[in-house]
Amino acid sequence: MFVARSSSVAARLLEEEMVIMCPRTSKLFVLNPVGTAIWNALDGDKPLDEIVKDRICTEFDVELETALAHANEFVKQLSEHDIVMTAEHPLPAKDPDTQTGKVV
Amino acid sequence: MIGGIPVRLWCHDRSFSSLLRKRYANFLGSNDKEAAELTVNLLSGGKQHPEADLEVVYRSGNWHIQRGDFRAEWNLESRRGVVWQRRSPYAIDSVIRILHTLILSEQGGFLLHASSIIRNGQAFLFAGQSGAGKTTMCRLAPADSILLTDEISFVRPVDSTYYAFGTPFYGELAVPGKNTFAPVAALYLLEHAPEDQIDGVSPCHALTQLLRNILLFAHESESVNRVFATAFDLISRVPVRRLRFAPTPQVWNALEQPACS
Repeated sequence: MFVARSSSVAARLLEEEMVIMCPRTSKLFVLNPVGTAIWNALDGDKPLDEIVKDRICTEFDVELETALAHANEFVKQLSEHDIVMTAEHPLPAKDPDTQTGKVV
Repeated sequence: MIGGIPVRLWCHDRSFSSLLRKRYANFLGSNDKEAAELTVNLLSGGKQHPEADLEVVYRSGNWHIQRGDFRAEWNLESRRGVVWQRRSPYAIDSVIRILHTLILSEQGGFLLHASSIIRNGQAFLFAGQSGAGKTTMCRLAPADSILLTDEISFVRPVDSTYYAFGTPFYGELAVPGKNTFAPVAALYLLEHAPEDQIDGVSPCHALTQLLRNILLFAHESESVNRVFATAFDLISRVPVRRLRFAPTPQVWNALEQPACS
């Protein structure tokens, strides 16, 4: 599965947590460092299982099977709010509006 | 004129105009040529349903705003609009709030579920949903404080500093704020507690709590992104703290102590 961040969401990195707001519902999501690492890697070009294997399992102390299950659930929740798009093929990159920044 | 933003209201009905003059008495300004204009057309008959869902959509260059008791159109570029409503001050009050959120989002400001009080030349904001203690903080304020609002705070930047302005939007206090302004000293997130205590909060908590209390009627991504960016900017410039408080006047003593974070 390929996953890309929606270009319409508002997102900011604060310390190690990503805060995301869904424009349609105004619902807020606060991602923990693992979720933030996945979010940052969702470029629509690399399959989710490769992201988990290459990024998450190497950066965090977690088994591949567990990490994949959590990542799939995480993506499912975000896609239900149109925060990410999923497809069986690579998705074109269009992410100019999603800004990330850091304070303190 | 609310928050230094002049909006001229036109209404052909004299008695309703008179009612609006009384309601917004502290906020009447001179005939500003640059003022935005809103024409109020009164409808007769039919049922009102203010509890119906509010819809705010941007279409063909105009904002279309609709609820059970009014319908309005607003053009941000020309700053002209029309509202069709029945003879209810609550309907026009809601329209004015929504218009200000649209105008303010362009200026890096917002309306906030918060009371605000000026004390010693600085504005203190107390945010929280219904029952959090916004009105209580106003009631407990020292006598020489200036009430800006006990319900909806008006915040916008002037020369890179965030200011709070008085508004006519009131809650339980049923008293409009004074038409004045002051730089924001701090934003407090209210919680009831047996004793007064002020704590720092993480930037993430500050941002999410601020966003949860901002009045956000439009759900277009551009508009939401602007408000999000403004909230992010504000928490980097204005101290945001958690205020656990008991409903006694001593809470204001705690606010005047040096910050603990």
